[in-house]
Amino acid sequence: MDLIKPGISLDFVGKMKYAIIFSAVLIIICIGSVIFRGGLNLGIDFAGGTIVQVKFQKDISADEIRDALQETVLENSIIQQFGTNEFLIRTAEMLHDQELLNANVQKPLSTAFNEDYEIRRVEVVGSKVGMDFQRKAIFAVIVSWLAMLIYIAWRFEFRYGLGGIIAIIHDVIIIIGAVSILKIEFTISILAALFFVIGFSINDTIVVLDRIRENVKLHARKKLADLINLSINQTLSRTILTSLTVFLTVLSLYFFGGPVIHDLSVALLVGVVIGTYSSIFIACTIVLFFENVQKKGR
Amino acid sequence: MFTSLKVRISIALIVFLGAIVFLLPSFVENVPSPWNKYLPKEKIHLGLDLQGGMHLVLEVDTEKALESMLERQSENLRESLMDNKVRFRNLETVKGPMISMELTDPAARPMLETILREEYLDLEIASSRTRDSGQLIKIKFLDKRAMEMHRLTVEHSLETIRNRVDQFGITEPEIVPQGDNRIMVQLPGIKDPERAKNLIGKTALLEFKLVDDEHSLEEALRGNIPEGSVIAYGWHGDRVTGQRGSVPYLLKSRALLTGASLETARVQISDRFGEPTVSLTFNPQGATDFDRITAENVRRRLAIVLDGIVHSAPVIQERISGGQAQISGNFTLEEARDLAIVLRAGALPAPVNILEERTVGPSLGSDSIKQGIMATIIGSLLVIFFMIFYYRLSGTIADSALIMNIILVLGVLAAFRATLTLPGIAGLLLTVGMAVDANVLIFERIKEELRTGKTIRLAIDTGFKRAFITILDTHITGIVSAAFLIMFGTGPVKGFAVTLIIGLLASIFTAYFVTRVLFDYSTSKFNIKKLSI
Repeated sequence: MDLIKPGISLDFVGKMKYAIIFSAVLIIICIGSVIFRGGLNLGIDFAGGTIVQVKFQKDISADEIRDALQETVLENSIIQQFGTNEFLIRTAEMLHDQELLNANVQKPLSTAFNEDYEIRRVEVVGSKVGMDFQRKAIFAVIVSWLAMLIYIAWRFEFRYGLGGIIAIIHDVIIIIGAVSILKIEFTISILAALFFVIGFSINDTIVVLDRIRENVKLHARKKLADLINLSINQTLSRTILTSLTVFLTVLSLYFFGGPVIHDLSVALLVGVVIGTYSSIFIACTIVLFFENVQKKGR
Repeated sequence: MFTSLKVRISIALIVFLGAIVFLLPSFVENVPSPWNKYLPKEKIHLGLDLQGGMHLVLEVDTEKALESMLERQSENLRESLMDNKVRFRNLETVKGPMISMELTDPAARPMLETILREEYLDLEIASSRTRDSGQLIKIKFLDKRAMEMHRLTVEHSLETIRNRVDQFGITEPEIVPQGDNRIMVQLPGIKDPERAKNLIGKTALLEFKLVDDEHSLEEALRGNIPEGSVIAYGWHGDRVTGQRGSVPYLLKSRALLTGASLETARVQISDRFGEPTVSLTFNPQGATDFDRITAENVRRRLAIVLDGIVHSAPVIQERISGGQAQISGNFTLEEARDLAIVLRAGALPAPVNILEERTVGPSLGSDSIKQGIMATIIGSLLVIFFMIFYYRLSGTIADSALIMNIILVLGVLAAFRATLTLPGIAGLLLTVGMAVDANVLIFERIKEELRTGKTIRLAIDTGFKRAFITILDTHITGIVSAAFLIMFGTGPVKGFAVTLIIGLLASIFTAYFVTRVLFDYSTSKFNIKKLSI
């Protein structure tokens, strides 16, 4: 069976300028959203604070919980539905102390809803640890870019490395933007999604770059633009197949993985689509761009 | 490589069976008797997010430990100086931590230096300034010594916490140092997080101090604390009303005896009120000291101070030589039991602060497992059916490699006692998606080769050869990007990275080696005219 007809020749290179415009607009929207919302909505992993996950026996709305928590330190906390009859209460306060937790969560909830609830999870992260994680996260993302750049530059050529690296920077910006637009909390789970997409996207990019390298050796006389187009077409069916299978697994995580990894799977869904797109349209465009620059330079 | 097909089949089978052997304990409850001796017993280790439990990151306040050690040195120094008739004033510990003092006679400076050199090898003069009234001198620990104390304090804290947790009776706790002055504690399946937190975080510094009867408490409370004394508070409980109030005491700052002199501590129920108390037994040296202290101070009051709080201050009626003492004071049975544990395990050398705390209830954990397994099964089935639908018979070969990949990852997790977390399960499912990629690369390449008119054997051969370089490059970059996540020490996400890395490594093996063996086996066994791909 063939998804893509053998010998197909779609004109990808010709569409590259539209792709660049599309990506540029997307990136502006993403950065705009982050700025407009006053930075990322950092979860307690990075910002410090407390989350309490509570499950109720019966139907209850977030507003009822907010009412119950009036006049406690959790008055201004963020209350968010989390699965059926289950809620996350998030605050910047540090409820390390059981007495604080009793006074501000258990007591008011018990008064309002009897004992028909269960505290399923409590996480408290100090701001010092949060800052540590922030620093580590930024460091890890940037160093991972450099590592990819070095590896590809070593295995291929420097401009191939640049193509790959710019493609994943593009992906990271768009996922962060999507997280911001969808008002998802930026937690360590989202960071994990980010790293998975970096791996996935570079994987896709390398497959295409690898084919370009091979074709350059085979047809030394042809123009690079044509060879890139040929390579994208040759690898197109594998690109689509793989993205499809990974997409299927992520979809299954999204629907069946439960609320704890819901945000993670949303970020992955966005990432898989954007990672596939970027390896064709961003990575290859950059490689071609540097080829033209080099020619002009000569 | 291994050219003989038989050898390659055996290698694949051995790896496959090895993984299954390591997985057996996780899936089979009772292995029949002659076998269970030889099989591994380790089950797949579940993360706290899957089995419920508590994750703590503690920071050891080594600065405090240094301060109190210097405090003790300053008390000794005060005596040494007096013994040697060196005149000084305003001797106190100040921020830094440093001992600050004023020599009234600058000529005494060489004497001070001699005392320091001969008796206080850890101390050195940090600065000195001459004033009209004398010489202002600041003394600190040698840098080398301070660093060593810092390290020892963290080590000692770790050891103490380990002892306490062991005595509390938690199965498979994990207590490891993290960074410079942090300790990570993981307690799976804990039911009462508050109790555990108290048990771990309590400094449990037990001190016996004399009550200062020579000076007036009222005067001290007004701010005129006599030199060598401190104010401490205790709880006064009213058994009838149940109300608690705080009571001030004026104590001599020097501790006559500390918890370090204890042999053991036990819970006892007092006869009178049926109230639990903690009975202490001193070690031989402690018993001798206690005997001497009580003999010297009959009719005076001896305060029992725990973490700065006065628990009781009974009057010493007579000399006590049995080496026994008791702490009473409104405990519940549970509190008394925990206090006995922390006293037995010893005091923490420094206070610890909780930096990070994550508690997951067992019900959430079991929900997460169910959902994670559900997602994995459905996701894998989708991929498996898709591969058969698209690649027909070759698809089944890819699927066998895929299933082997899953088994291999789980087997490696079990064998290396790595932890499976919920994001780890997600990682496992994602490797399923990624492992297929290697097969897709190979199959698409074989198809291309077939189209150029090559024979089946040759097409398979070139397909594998060409695809291998790509597979290697893609997998290595994937592993590199996952490796950066391992930096994030916290359990769940680390689990994600670990399963991804193991999955990618397994995928290189299954996709390239196992799939190849299966292809070669079927093409050699059956005379295939047309490859179903």
